[in-house]
Amino acid sequence: MPTITLTVNGTPHTLTVDPGETLADVLRYRLGLTGTKIGCQEGECGACTVEVNGEAVLSCIYPAERADGKSVLTIEGLAQKHDHEFILHPLQEAFVEHGAVQCGFCTPGQIMAAHALLEHNPDPQPEDIHHALKDNLCRCGAYPAIEDAILAAAHGLRTGEPPPPPEIPASAYAGKVVGRPHIRPDAVDKVTGRARYTDDLVFPNMLHAAVRRAEVPHGILRRLDVSKARALKGVVAVMTAEDLPAARNHGVLIDDWPILVGVGERIRYVGDALAIVAAEARAIAQEAASLIEAEIEPLPVLADPLAALAPDAPQLHPSGNLLKHIKVRKGDVERGFAEADVVLEHTFTTPHYDHAFLEPEASVAVPTEDGRMEVYVGSQIPYDDRRQVAAALGWPEERVHIVGQTMGGGFGGKEDIAGQIHAALLAWKTGRPVKLLYDRRESLIAHPKRHATQIRVRIGAKRDGRLTAVQTELYGDTGAYASLGEKVMERATTHSAGPYDVPHVRADCYAVYTNNPPAGAFRGFGVTQSNFAVESLMDMLAERLGLDPVELRRKNALRVGSATSTGQVLRESVGLLECIDRVDAEVRRLSEGADPFAPHPVPGEPHKVRAWGFAAAFKNTGLGGGAPDEATAEVELLPEGLFEVRISSAELGQGLVSVLQLVAAEEIGVEAEGVRVLVMDTDRTPDGGPTTASRQTYVSGNAARMAARVLVSALRSTLAERYDVPPEQIQPQVEGLLLGERLLRWPEVAAEMHALGREPRIRYTYHAPETKPLGEGGDMHFAYAFAAQAAEVEVNTLTGEVKVLRVVTAVDVGAAINPLTLKGQIEGGVIMGIGTALTEHFIVEEGRVVTDRLARYRMPSFEQVPEIIPIVVEHPVSTGPFGGKGVGEIVSVPTAPAITNAIYRAVGVRLDSLPVEQEALLLPIALR
Amino acid sequence: MPTLWHTYLRPKTVEEALQMLAEAGEAAVLIAGGTDLMLDLQQGRHPPVQALVDITEIPELRALEIRGNELFVGAGVPLNRVSASPLVREHAMALAEATGQMAGYQIRNVATLGGNVAHALPAADGAIALLALDARAEVASPQGRRRVPLADLYLGPGRSALKHEEMLVGFWLPLTRQKAASAFRRVMRPQGVALPILNTAVWLAREGDRIAQIRIAVGPFGPVPRRATAAESALCGHAPDEATLNAAVEALLREARFRTSRYRATETYRRHLAGILLRETVGKAWERASGE
Repeated sequence: MPTITLTVNGTPHTLTVDPGETLADVLRYRLGLTGTKIGCQEGECGACTVEVNGEAVLSCIYPAERADGKSVLTIEGLAQKHDHEFILHPLQEAFVEHGAVQCGFCTPGQIMAAHALLEHNPDPQPEDIHHALKDNLCRCGAYPAIEDAILAAAHGLRTGEPPPPPEIPASAYAGKVVGRPHIRPDAVDKVTGRARYTDDLVFPNMLHAAVRRAEVPHGILRRLDVSKARALKGVVAVMTAEDLPAARNHGVLIDDWPILVGVGERIRYVGDALAIVAAEARAIAQEAASLIEAEIEPLPVLADPLAALAPDAPQLHPSGNLLKHIKVRKGDVERGFAEADVVLEHTFTTPHYDHAFLEPEASVAVPTEDGRMEVYVGSQIPYDDRRQVAAALGWPEERVHIVGQTMGGGFGGKEDIAGQIHAALLAWKTGRPVKLLYDRRESLIAHPKRHATQIRVRIGAKRDGRLTAVQTELYGDTGAYASLGEKVMERATTHSAGPYDVPHVRADCYAVYTNNPPAGAFRGFGVTQSNFAVESLMDMLAERLGLDPVELRRKNALRVGSATSTGQVLRESVGLLECIDRVDAEVRRLSEGADPFAPHPVPGEPHKVRAWGFAAAFKNTGLGGGAPDEATAEVELLPEGLFEVRISSAELGQGLVSVLQLVAAEEIGVEAEGVRVLVMDTDRTPDGGPTTASRQTYVSGNAARMAARVLVSALRSTLAERYDVPPEQIQPQVEGLLLGERLLRWPEVAAEMHALGREPRIRYTYHAPETKPLGEGGDMHFAYAFAAQAAEVEVNTLTGEVKVLRVVTAVDVGAAINPLTLKGQIEGGVIMGIGTALTEHFIVEEGRVVTDRLARYRMPSFEQVPEIIPIVVEHPVSTGPFGGKGVGEIVSVPTAPAITNAIYRAVGVRLDSLPVEQEALLLPIALR
Repeated sequence: MPTLWHTYLRPKTVEEALQMLAEAGEAAVLIAGGTDLMLDLQQGRHPPVQALVDITEIPELRALEIRGNELFVGAGVPLNRVSASPLVREHAMALAEATGQMAGYQIRNVATLGGNVAHALPAADGAIALLALDARAEVASPQGRRRVPLADLYLGPGRSALKHEEMLVGFWLPLTRQKAASAFRRVMRPQGVALPILNTAVWLAREGDRIAQIRIAVGPFGPVPRRATAAESALCGHAPDEATLNAAVEALLREARFRTSRYRATETYRRHLAGILLRETVGKAWERASGE
């Protein structure tokens, strides 16, 4: 075994490595320096960036032995330790202050790449940053803040002054704490590499798991031979469907997804699990999995919804291939079209998309001495994981303990079970801790995608632009299993007439099983797809009618008093018109009198043409549709005088913890630092419900706020009695409770409560306003968020290359809770939308995933990031926490049609399928 | 995952490296930056090897300097050093442009020019630039050193003509002269793999209003990188006016063997781009050559 000597963060190490080991392996698994992340193991994402002899390198493809004799700097080596306290490096400080940290998984790599850049170039220009950090991907899209942070840090390093802080306006409805920019509580841990993600955990005696997947899209498993895998040295357990102790299927809504496919049973997609292995090392487990022989009788592949709906198609599930036919009916579309002066119809298609969160799925299951099972995982729905893991083990739910970890992004892709059940089964079987970490290929193949869709839209309008009718027909490819497909496509359908007041609407959607990877939740939840269709057609309508595209939307926009397609009359918080007006004004200001929606050749380069495009959108907040939407929060005054908010809701990078902290602090009357938040733990935090549907600011925010309110009132009444002061004379202050003249500090309040035998702790279940199922009219959702965006593109008419130059985005968020993290959501949403429009294309062919590497599935990098001008529009929701509503999804919805509309305005080519293929764009131009 | 390699060797001279290759036979493989090889090994496209011979610590391979009336770029010089080098920018702008665009910054800190050539992909940006710049590769073998034209290093797509016991030492490029310049440009597919749809490198020398000499390389032009000689003839001796450029594009399209690569580009798109890129790069090189 080779021995290497290297210096890491100034400390010399001599260690023995295995042949084939990389520098990332050495740092993470031998030295425990887990701040260096592995996102792809393909040299694509940059999360593993470290410095070797002062140069930034990718440690995941750097042979460990090459580091022999060299000096390595990792994220852990940046902060300086002074008297037990860490002094952050100016880069770390600037990342924290500028909100350049979201999920944090890419952060160490970003900072290390930036550090190397500043070593060579102390005064970088933005383009130098884009160049040097081009391969440091950030799926949250924090690029604008990262750039600002690096510029600020560079300035600080040059001048010796602290990095200049960002200038972010407070909310118009700001309180003492809420509505003012705050640094998120997890930022410092994330910039120092101390934040623990699931794969960073190591338990004594831990085994590593691997999954043998079908790799065949459709067939019957005829024979499975695991003998070679069992015989491999280091393998501890191999399990097949025969070994399942209880439930055979799992699923968030419908349990139609086999935990393991058994002999004689149907394989429905390439990612189906046939067997699982636990071994002493990950490499052994993977090799064992590859030694498992499967004989599969192939069946015809149902590659798209239309094939699956053919009369003679094989039926994938006992219920058939149609998961759901979803109908929206409002008025009488025939009448609406008869009244129209113009009727347009067009069909649009969108492909699958992958969430491509930079942290691949990981679960660690640990059997405890008292006979329970702990599962460490980054999950968007911890209590549902608990239910499903318990069902698989045949245990009562309470025997399973989900311990949520810092998550490297989710975007809807971490709602379904990934490795939780498999890890728990192997831990149960072996009695040892088991870690199951997906590699990037497995992640791309196995987890649910955004639905590929085909959407036909027919639109009728009067000559003046007033819409008379919209009819849509949607086909959604829900893949092999139900996941959240039915709900996703329902949202796609109910939003398919756009954010407009249309008297007559008819929508029919078919969510169909196929042999493609399952499709489920993905930021936008179906609305991304139907918005692309309707907003493209709205632009076509504007052209046909000779109307300004903004004016057409303004004329039809939902406003207070409007009825949505499902018959919901909107009573408040409808900021769409203001979003449209403010984007319009900004775009016209930037265009300096020229028509922004007309083509403008670039002076000196006439083959490059620029134009703006416009789109508007709405997106529901909360589950809606009659589903009970509730969250339970617990707030406790701890002995040290801090308030702790506990709720199982998920922090996936979006900033929920910060929202809950501010909401509770405002309600109690303390500073933000007076509150800490614990999330995602089924033993220690009550159920906040799923982190989906942009619901947590509203639902969990209200739960935390109400729990805080009830706690304060309990403290008051208890102490009123104790001190014989009327409760109304007891006032919460930052430091404690003011009882008349006397200040009882928070630690003293806690002590008093305990002395009186009262726990200073309250649990509160918040029930969101009741909603109605689709088809019943009334309130289908308790709130909607609205947005308008304009994108300026530059099209190279010789090559078909497209660049997005600027995006103006206005979002009605109700009221901003934390303007700093909100800015990150708004900018990140636009960047994800640019990926949807231009760079991402998840290709499945005959059920096989072609884009099974990050190298083939391109998310936006620094190269694609335009100037983003965010505008926060605030139309408070009376029932929301301090007026807030959901923002997580709306920020991304209108970006793709704004871009394709801009392309049309620039060069006259209408792109009706995503993503934009520069070749398809060029062809009609070249043929002119 | 089986063990990807068993021994990692770190020779300090070319001769030592050659000896290691000779002793280990087929079981040893050279690794330079390793940014392609590591992925091939990790993803199973390259079978596990007995020994990796790391040639990045051989000083001769890391040299980048003027030697006599030539520019020598060591095969082991990382791409970032190539693209940032004032010597390369002065004498071989197309190479600076090509190496500055390849992959990302961290990859370019370790990936080498020699690796780009040895990997033998038909559209490798570095190799295409070297071809237009008339580079000669210095090859070391147990029989000694030799210099070969770059085009002779290729057998087919991904197949290098270098024998197992041989290695690249570096590249020799002619120094620039009055009224000569080069340019490189490529077009990528934003959704796709890190391979260009098409790239073009041009070197030319001006004589008054005429192109006195020109070399053009286009990738992928065919199964192996080679020069677009018909287009060169069409341009040589003429002013780069519209008629001449049209003739050159026609000549280029007659000679090229463009193919449709699935998920990357159709033949039609490549043919279209070939003309666009030829005009752009000739134009840019022409402009640069007049600036001298």
